[in-house]
Amino acid sequence: MTTSTPESASGSRLLRYVDALREAFAQEMERDESVFVFGLDVDDHKSIQGSTAGLLKQFGPERVFTTPLSEDAMTGVAIGAAMAGMRPVHVHIRMDFLLLCMNQLVNIAAKARYMYGGTVKVPLVVRSMVGKSWGQGAQHSQGLHSMFMHVPGLKVVAPSNAHDAKGCMIAAIRDDNPVIVMEHRLLYPTEAYVPETPYAVLPGKARVVAPGGDVTLVGISNMVVECLRARELLSEIGISAEVIDPIWLSPLDIDTIVESARRTRRLVVADNGWTACGAGAEIVAAVLERLGPEGGIAVKRIGFAPTTCPPSPTLEAAFYPNPGTVAAAVHALVRPRDVAWTPDPERTKLAHQVQFRGPF
Amino acid sequence: MPETPEHSAVAERLYRTLRLIRVVEEEVARVYPTDVIKSPVHLSIGQEFIAAGVCDALEPRDHVSITYRGHAAYIAKGGDLNAMIAEMYGKKAGCCQGRGGSMHLVDSRAGVIGASAVVGTSIPVATGFALAAKRQRTGGVVVCFIGDGATEEGCFAESLNFAALHKLPILFVCENNGYAIHEPLAKRWATDRLCDRVATYGIPTRRIEDGDTVTVRDAALEAVAAMRDGGGPAFLEILCYRWREHVGPNEDFDQGYRSADEKTPWAARDEVARLAALLPPDHVAAIESEIAATVAAAFAFAEASPFPVPEDLYDHVYA
Ligand SMILES: Cc1ncc(C[n+]2csc(CCOP(=O)(O)OP(=O)(O)O)c2C)c(N)n1
Ligand SMILES: [Mg+2]
Repeated sequence: MTTSTPESASGSRLLRYVDALREAFAQEMERDESVFVFGLDVDDHKSIQGSTAGLLKQFGPERVFTTPLSEDAMTGVAIGAAMAGMRPVHVHIRMDFLLLCMNQLVNIAAKARYMYGGTVKVPLVVRSMVGKSWGQGAQHSQGLHSMFMHVPGLKVVAPSNAHDAKGCMIAAIRDDNPVIVMEHRLLYPTEAYVPETPYAVLPGKARVVAPGGDVTLVGISNMVVECLRARELLSEIGISAEVIDPIWLSPLDIDTIVESARRTRRLVVADNGWTACGAGAEIVAAVLERLGPEGGIAVKRIGFAPTTCPPSPTLEAAFYPNPGTVAAAVHALVRPRDVAWTPDPERTKLAHQVQFRGPF
Repeated sequence: MPETPEHSAVAERLYRTLRLIRVVEEEVARVYPTDVIKSPVHLSIGQEFIAAGVCDALEPRDHVSITYRGHAAYIAKGGDLNAMIAEMYGKKAGCCQGRGGSMHLVDSRAGVIGASAVVGTSIPVATGFALAAKRQRTGGVVVCFIGDGATEEGCFAESLNFAALHKLPILFVCENNGYAIHEPLAKRWATDRLCDRVATYGIPTRRIEDGDTVTVRDAALEAVAAMRDGGGPAFLEILCYRWREHVGPNEDFDQGYRSADEKTPWAARDEVARLAALLPPDHVAAIESEIAATVAAAFAFAEASPFPVPEDLYDHVYA
């Protein structure tokens, strides 16, 4: 399958993340009759914030359809259809709703291939979006990727830019295993160069997004963007951060991260979720295990505050890491003997992502 | 109605509740574009008659389980209005101290069970309150408000079966507004015989189509009375119509998924106006000015209340 990187794609065509997703579905559905897209509200005029726009018109209601509010059963339906030779893409407007699908995903989708001795496969894609800001609150904001990373048999991917959104989605659709795709609401309007022809960003390969020598800064999903902004802030005080995007969380390309951390001697993982038993914990542990006795590097996990996500703006601001808090944490790790430094709040603000304005 | 003094007292009480809910939600819609409410809002405008009618049949010892579209039932059950508006403003004085937002209203003292924004989740939780009411012999009942979409979740069927099996004192009230977000019933249900489905669990059901607050109240009174006698669960499907967009303050008939004609018959029999017309004009005027003052005070309270401070972030993670 053709592959692509943001470098090789550079200069091609700028596309928003949401449109890159849409293009991936359109091209894959065109290519393969067995691909279909279903889930609550995929066919309405809002079309999952535009990511399924036009698909109903192009492919008809047999291949693009909404469902009753029955996530548990619909997941099982998707699994059955996948085992029977279809390639379903099951869509959820929030990742929080995957908790209703957990039994089917963990007990059947993840295990069928193994449990049935290699006699079946489950080529299923489960799309879900993480919400942030405008009072998304407790149940519309969770990044639950680490729960899925825990389970053998599932693949997990968290594209952080439009280029990877298309390439990962195509790779996921063509993969013969269940793939959980974590998208992020705030990434939807962001643009990147995206080739027009189909291509894959394949599982198991991380990317060094920006080079640096003082610290390895791994960002997950939306946090890649925030890490790049933190890197700018850090460069103003002479700290050079290497930013890595794992892209695929399972299978995870630990080699690329190990290679960087071995060089910089410092590893920070900024996650779009809680730190306890999280993707950051896994990455740090895997790197330390790999480094073995030569380890002894300084490590730090950054993520959601260990609380439920509050909607009140003052609390929400304290709940999420941001470029300023990431930069401050990196500074503390790199220069432990210096007095604590936080970037000028005005600079940090400039580095913040434009926040989403409601109602949903 | 109202023919007797008792009838007029009921009509006046129902009107007061309806009017309060309507004015609160219209004020929410009015201030929303100024961004003081940084939270998704799901308005019940047009559907208030259900909460008003049902809650009129309840006592303080009873509970209601509400949804993210829960402003109406919260208010009708006597939830604290200042705390509700402050919560929507994200303030510390909010009913969840700024940790819930519009979708998670709660008032334990008034018997309002906290709302969930994951559709259907509240159904078994409400059933658990009914189990506790029975075991603790409080004499109380639980009303579980849900949308038509929530009946599609597996836990709906599972809860019905359990509630019927254990003869729990719970009244399920389905506010059937015909849509789940933008998806009409026809795209979600093979048949619209919801009451038949529920009845197979041995649960008495009733479908109310007339949009009448008093019909709703009488049906709830009857169901609740049977329940207090140990009769077990009951089910009401009440047809209604959402006048505004699914989430947010505006109308959405320009979006193409439904036509404004659908609203016309419902607007023509707007219960707020209809009940007002049944009451003496001076009573109506007095109620309206009282409500205007109450609502203005609640918004002023929310406006003036302080935000939580970042140090509060870790309160209430554990009990
Ligand atoms: C489990 C779950 N699935 C999907 C959603 C997204 N969602 C929010 S409200 C809604 C529609 C619910 O419709 P209904 O139960 O009829 O209530 P209404 O909004 O009409 O009052 C959906 C699908 C959700 N919040 N939770
Ligand atoms: Mg509905």
